[in-house]
Amino acid sequence: MKYIDEYRNPRLAKSIVDEIRRIQTRPWVIMEVCGGQTHSIVKHGLDRMLPEGIELVHGPGCPVCVTPLDMIDKAHAIAARPNVIFCSFGDMLRVPGSHGDLFTLKSQGADIRVVYSPLDCLKIASANPDKQAVFFAIGFETTAPANAMLVHRAQQDGVKNVSVLVSHSLVPPAITYILQSPQNRVQGFLGPGHVCAVMGYREYEPVSERYKVPIVITGFEPLDLLHGTLMVVRQLEAGTHVTENQYSRILDREGNVPARKLVNSVFEVADRRWRGVGWIPKSGYKLRWEYREHDAEKIFEVKEIDTQEPAICISGQILKGIKKPHDCPAFGTMCTPLTPLGATMVSAEGACAAYYAYGRHLDKQKAETTAVHAPVT
Amino acid sequence: MCLAIPGKVLEEFERGGLRMAKVQFGGIVREASLDYTPDAKVGDYVLVHVGFAISTVDAEEAERTYQLLEEMDQLTELEAPVVDEVSARKPQ
Repeated sequence: MKYIDEYRNPRLAKSIVDEIRRIQTRPWVIMEVCGGQTHSIVKHGLDRMLPEGIELVHGPGCPVCVTPLDMIDKAHAIAARPNVIFCSFGDMLRVPGSHGDLFTLKSQGADIRVVYSPLDCLKIASANPDKQAVFFAIGFETTAPANAMLVHRAQQDGVKNVSVLVSHSLVPPAITYILQSPQNRVQGFLGPGHVCAVMGYREYEPVSERYKVPIVITGFEPLDLLHGTLMVVRQLEAGTHVTENQYSRILDREGNVPARKLVNSVFEVADRRWRGVGWIPKSGYKLRWEYREHDAEKIFEVKEIDTQEPAICISGQILKGIKKPHDCPAFGTMCTPLTPLGATMVSAEGACAAYYAYGRHLDKQKAETTAVHAPVT
Repeated sequence: MCLAIPGKVLEEFERGGLRMAKVQFGGIVREASLDYTPDAKVGDYVLVHVGFAISTVDAEEAERTYQLLEEMDQLTELEAPVVDEVSARKPQ
């Protein structure tokens, strides 16, 4: 496919890795922010191609993963009502809440539908005027324009039986939160290409400047990710710290101006809780007051739900780049994609799920077996 | 979740006040809204996320980045250590 296949060229991948090896003088820790990037890195084994000492750690950019447990429980409470058609992206259906996942609820008779686009909810609402179509509006900035358009069209066309349960997260506050942690190890970032396709990268420039970290907005194909890593390493070796754009075929500094405009008219910035991490100030969106008639939390008055995560899960530290999946005693044993214990295992783009999907839990078992059988010298 | 795929705009049409298009991804054709990419036209490649084009692929920038990587590849080959024929034939 055009604009995909050419960015998977193994010969060029090798030459980028050679160039990184040539310029590298010391170890560096680089975080890829987006879960899609994590998935691509683990799938193609890019982290294992890099020279020793270039460590990729996996960031918090998987919206399914960081949707807080209480939001999933709210989704359950709303989806279980008889007059509701609950619509969601497919990825959210397998995420376990305190009382099981949405798939189980669907099997018990709840009207839960997987949609390709938020706009599908308008059709569903129009075809079912006696029911309320509720959309689980999760995501980062990438998805906000699509979700904003649903609310905007519903308001404009007077479709009253559409509402949204909003759990939107924003990337720059999360990066800042990671950099402010006393345990932070991250020295440079591969920035989220598709988030910036919408938002541009102006808001990353003060972060680079203030925390003295290079941020390179990067695409998702293997060559993009290696090229972005090279650009970060070049800056680290030169002692510079600016925001750069590797993904120039898709975005510029301003991002998508019409999309940003509609997003800002429908949503406003609010504090948000991140699963595995906790509250981060001004790290999400909520609906503006003018659109309150489409706010599922107001329509259904779901009470605050108190939830608890398993104590053994270290997903919070993994999301901040402090630890990796192999550091967790439950990884691949008690905690698997079928029985996830926390944020980074609940979606295919979570670091733990990506490691598991590509067999890296077997490395751990192999290492343990070797350790047990190692001859005593 | 932030998965977005480049596809070719095959045709445009209007539905319910939205500017829609048929977009081809490899062998698959799906509908997407072009409301956020007002300049996109038939024949352009757009990046589509959950039914919305969020960017038009800049063909010149794509070419420029690729050329940059190609040049680096050629340089790496030139800089690769040349095996000294004499030392390679050194008697054991």
